[in-house]
Amino acid sequence: MKLKKTEEIFFKFLMYISVSFITASLFLIVFSIFYKGLPSLSWEMVSETPKGGFYFGKEGGILNAIIGSLYLSIGATILAMLFGIPIALFMNVYLRKYNRFVNGIRFFLDLLWGIPSIVYGAFGFTIMVMLGIKTSLLAGIITVSIFILPIMVRALDEVLKTVPVGLFEASLSLGSTRSETAFRVFLRQTIPGLATAILLSFGRAIGDAASVLFTTGYTDHIPTSIMQPTATLPLAIFFQLGSPIEEVRSRAYSSALILTIIILLISVISRIVSAKYNKHRIKF
Amino acid sequence: MKSKIDIKNLNLFIGKQQILKNVNVQIPENKITIILGPSGCGKTTLLKSLNRLTDLYEDVKVSGEIIIDNEDILHSNQDVTAIRKKMGLLAQRPYPLPMSIFKNVAYGIRISDSENKKTIPQRVEYHLKQVNLWDEVKDRLHSPASRLSIGQQQRLCLARGLAVDPEIILADEPTSALDPISSQAIEQKFIELKEQYTVVMVTHILRQARRIADYVIFMYLGEVVECGTAEEFFSNPKEERTKAYLKGAFN
Repeated sequence: MKLKKTEEIFFKFLMYISVSFITASLFLIVFSIFYKGLPSLSWEMVSETPKGGFYFGKEGGILNAIIGSLYLSIGATILAMLFGIPIALFMNVYLRKYNRFVNGIRFFLDLLWGIPSIVYGAFGFTIMVMLGIKTSLLAGIITVSIFILPIMVRALDEVLKTVPVGLFEASLSLGSTRSETAFRVFLRQTIPGLATAILLSFGRAIGDAASVLFTTGYTDHIPTSIMQPTATLPLAIFFQLGSPIEEVRSRAYSSALILTIIILLISVISRIVSAKYNKHRIKF
Repeated sequence: MKSKIDIKNLNLFIGKQQILKNVNVQIPENKITIILGPSGCGKTTLLKSLNRLTDLYEDVKVSGEIIIDNEDILHSNQDVTAIRKKMGLLAQRPYPLPMSIFKNVAYGIRISDSENKKTIPQRVEYHLKQVNLWDEVKDRLHSPASRLSIGQQQRLCLARGLAVDPEIILADEPTSALDPISSQAIEQKFIELKEQYTVVMVTHILRQARRIADYVIFMYLGEVVECGTAEEFFSNPKEERTKAYLKGAFN
């Protein structure tokens, strides 16, 4: 009896340690971004494109990278959703019967999830060379969407797995087809989780530097068509951080701050939207 | 006694395990037929094979015939959704759809009969009244079905099933998650509904079977041990196993 109690205390202690460790490192990262980034964050930073001499600490901002990143990651997320949602629904509605097969698909998706994004970048680059596309927003969107697709499908899949068989049977016995069940029942039941899954992929898309390194190029202008190259925030941070000039390095932190704020804003918005649908979810 | 469902030589395997062993029964029209038996005897599987929900599971092999209205639904060319539409299903616990009360009832109507959009509100009202739920929900038709109590949800599921104009009602221990008053409401409803529908209900509650059954199928370990009218089954069981079950020997 005493041993059991000691065991309980020991594991509780371990849990507290790991929780505080994780929380502390998270706060440390956020704190250092704010601490180093706030001083050089200005309206100019977010409202102007780089002027001549920006990379030597002169005037200008990173509007090109903000807009570029938003174009790129919104485009890639939408493209990945167009494929990802049907794939995840197919796995959970149509293939529900073939459990072993679906588990095989899951295994390969997990493998794809684990591949470093630079490999996707190189893959995208090879395709571009083959098709003769130059570095552009389009090439970036395609590469990033391939990169986030496995993440999105697995995240959606985990959410859709939670739909109970009873609800599936209930919908089918009302005479609905599998696709009606998928789109009218499964999607509605899981909307809050789906929003989270899509957001997770969006976060990966907007925060990744390696996959866009070869594919989207970098420019000081805001792209006006998807065939033009574009700047992105992670690359803006990367380039500025490597500068020997103090001023520029501190702008890298404020770029990181902007990136963090964008992600924060999007997650708040998506939570508000999904809360609207959450009331319909049947709790089991 | 006219039979609605005619089951012939039905065998069902999941993997190598035989769940249903050569089931031969007839289910009479406009009566309440109770499938009775201890847990794990294949009652639910038999019920689910009637509307081919067994299609959803891996490694399920079915052989034999299930004839409904002169058509063998196991080997039919007919669309499986049309077969399922003939039968309303009430599960062990209610599974309302993730939408409003109104849309839950309208769902089946919308997908099966898209022409008469205008009559949907009337039909929803009719079916909610049919299960005595209308007065409780008429002021909050557009609030989520998830906010109803379990008993109300189960009646909503019944209304939703009735809205697609089935001929048969399949019920799998529909009262097992409900309180006594809600259970009684469902039982009472079934007695009224048998005028128009053929009701097939699975239960392991002997007293419930005594209360509402017209016809009883007693199953044990995947076999039909005995079947017959309720009167005869309860007062004059023929098989030893039935006698033992009625005395409460196993459950």
